[in-house]
Amino acid sequence: MAEATWREISPGNVVHTPGSAKEYHTGSWRAMRPVWDDAKCIKCGICYIFCPEGCVRQEADGFFRADLDYCKGCGICARECWPGAIKMVEEG
Amino acid sequence: MAKRVGMEVAIAAAEAVGMCNIDVAAVYPITPQSHIAEHLSEIVADGRIDAEYITVESEHSAMSVCIGASATGARAYTATCSQGLMLMHELLPIVSAMRLPIVMSVANRPVNAPLNILSDHSDIMPQRDSGWIVIFSENGQEVIDLTLQAYRIAEDKDVMLPVIICIDGFILTHMVEPVEFPEQKEVNKFLPDRVPYATLHPDKPLTMGAFAMSDYFPQMMKAKDEALVNSKKTILKVWDEWEKQFGRRYRPVETYKAKGAEVLLLIMGSMGETAEPAIDELRDKGVAAGLIKIRLWRPFPFDELRKAVKGVRVLAVMDRAVSFGDSGGPVFADVKSVLYSEDNRPLTVNYIMGLGGRDVSVEDFVNMAEGAVKAKKEGYEFYGVGD
Repeated sequence: MAEATWREISPGNVVHTPGSAKEYHTGSWRAMRPVWDDAKCIKCGICYIFCPEGCVRQEADGFFRADLDYCKGCGICARECWPGAIKMVEEG
Repeated sequence: MAKRVGMEVAIAAAEAVGMCNIDVAAVYPITPQSHIAEHLSEIVADGRIDAEYITVESEHSAMSVCIGASATGARAYTATCSQGLMLMHELLPIVSAMRLPIVMSVANRPVNAPLNILSDHSDIMPQRDSGWIVIFSENGQEVIDLTLQAYRIAEDKDVMLPVIICIDGFILTHMVEPVEFPEQKEVNKFLPDRVPYATLHPDKPLTMGAFAMSDYFPQMMKAKDEALVNSKKTILKVWDEWEKQFGRRYRPVETYKAKGAEVLLLIMGSMGETAEPAIDELRDKGVAAGLIKIRLWRPFPFDELRKAVKGVRVLAVMDRAVSFGDSGGPVFADVKSVLYSEDNRPLTVNYIMGLGGRDVSVEDFVNMAEGAVKAKKEGYEFYGVGD
C-alpha cells in the first residue's frame, strides 16, 4: 500500500525530518527473536557490542535485552555469545 | 561585440566552465578529455577563478566529490569519457535521483575492448537511462554555448537535474576552431548564482540519499521520470533566452534542407557538419535528401522528431554505437519506437558507422543515402565492414 503519491515525494527524495528513521520499525522483518537466559549470562556485553542494529541495551539489573521494535532477528548476538546465554526462538 | 578567436575546442570547453562561477571541479584526466582537465586546473591554479580543483584517484571518486559538493549547495563540474564514464556509471542514477545539478562534459570515445581512444558514442549510450539531461554538440561554438547554458538549465527550480554535454573525442575536442566567447558580465546576467532546494548544513539537519523500500520507491521513480520529461520546457525556455541575449539559436532537433525531402539522414554530434555537404551533393544529383540532427538526446524530443520526419519516405538513422543483440543501434531503437504509432511512417533503416573513430566522409554519406533510397525493408547494417 502506497504511503504517498508520487506528487508528494520531495525533490531529490530529501528527508527534512532528522531522525525520522526511528519511525521505521525494522522489527517487523524479524522471523527469529533473541531470548536471554540470565542464569548463563555473565554480563560481558558482547551482544551489545556486536548488535549491528544498535538495539541491544543493558537493563538496570545489568542483564541485556533487545529492543524488539528494531531487532531484525539476525542472530549475531546469539552467535557471538560465548557462554551460550542467547537462543533464537521462532516468532509467532 | 565578442571577439572571434582560434582555439582548441577542449581548451574552449574549459574556458567556458571557467566563466560559470563554479565552486568545485573534480576531474580525473582521460584521453581525449585530458585537455579539459588540464586547462581547467590551470585556470584554477592561476587564480583566474575562485574554485576548488580536487585531484581524485578515479572517475568514481570525481563524481562522488561532485555529489558531496553539490549537496552542500556548491556548483560542481566534472568531465570524463569512455572507461572513466563506465566507472562513473554507478553514480549517475544517484545524481539524478538526488536532483543535483552537476554538469559534466563527455569527450565521446569508444569503450574497450579492444582499446581505442578515438571517437564514437558507445560510452554515452549505456548512460542513457541514468536520468541525466544529455545534449550533443556539433562544433566548438556549440560546446561553449551549451556549457554556459548547462548550469542555467540544471539549476532551474523546475529542473534540478544533472546535465551531460557530449563533445566528440578528437574530431571536436582536439580541433582548433574559430569561436567567440561572450563577455563575462553578459554570462553573469544569463547565469545567476545557484539557489539550492536543500543543502547539507549542520545547523539544518536533513537526509539526502536515504534508503527506500517498495512503499516509496516506485513513486520516487515516477517523480524522477516526470522531472526529466518536464525539463524540456525549461530547456526550450533557456534556449529562447540565449537566442535573445546572444543571437544563436538552439533547438532539440535541427534540420538541414529537410523540407520536401524524400530521404532524410538522422545524425548526432560532430558528423552533422560532414553530412551537410553530402546533402548538397545529393541535391545536385537530383536526390531530394535532407538532414536531421538530434541535439537533445535526453529527454528525447518526441514531438520535434515526429514533426521533422512528416511526409518523408525513407529515414536513415546513423548510429555511432551498437546495442548488441538488439535490432541495430540505440538511436535507431529510440527513433523506431517514436514512429511506431504514426500513420504513414517512413521506411526506417539504420547504418552503424564511424565506430572506433573511423572517418565517415562526404562520399560515405552520399553512398548511405543512395542505399537508403533503394531500401525495400527496415533493418540495420554495419557500414564499411565488408560483406
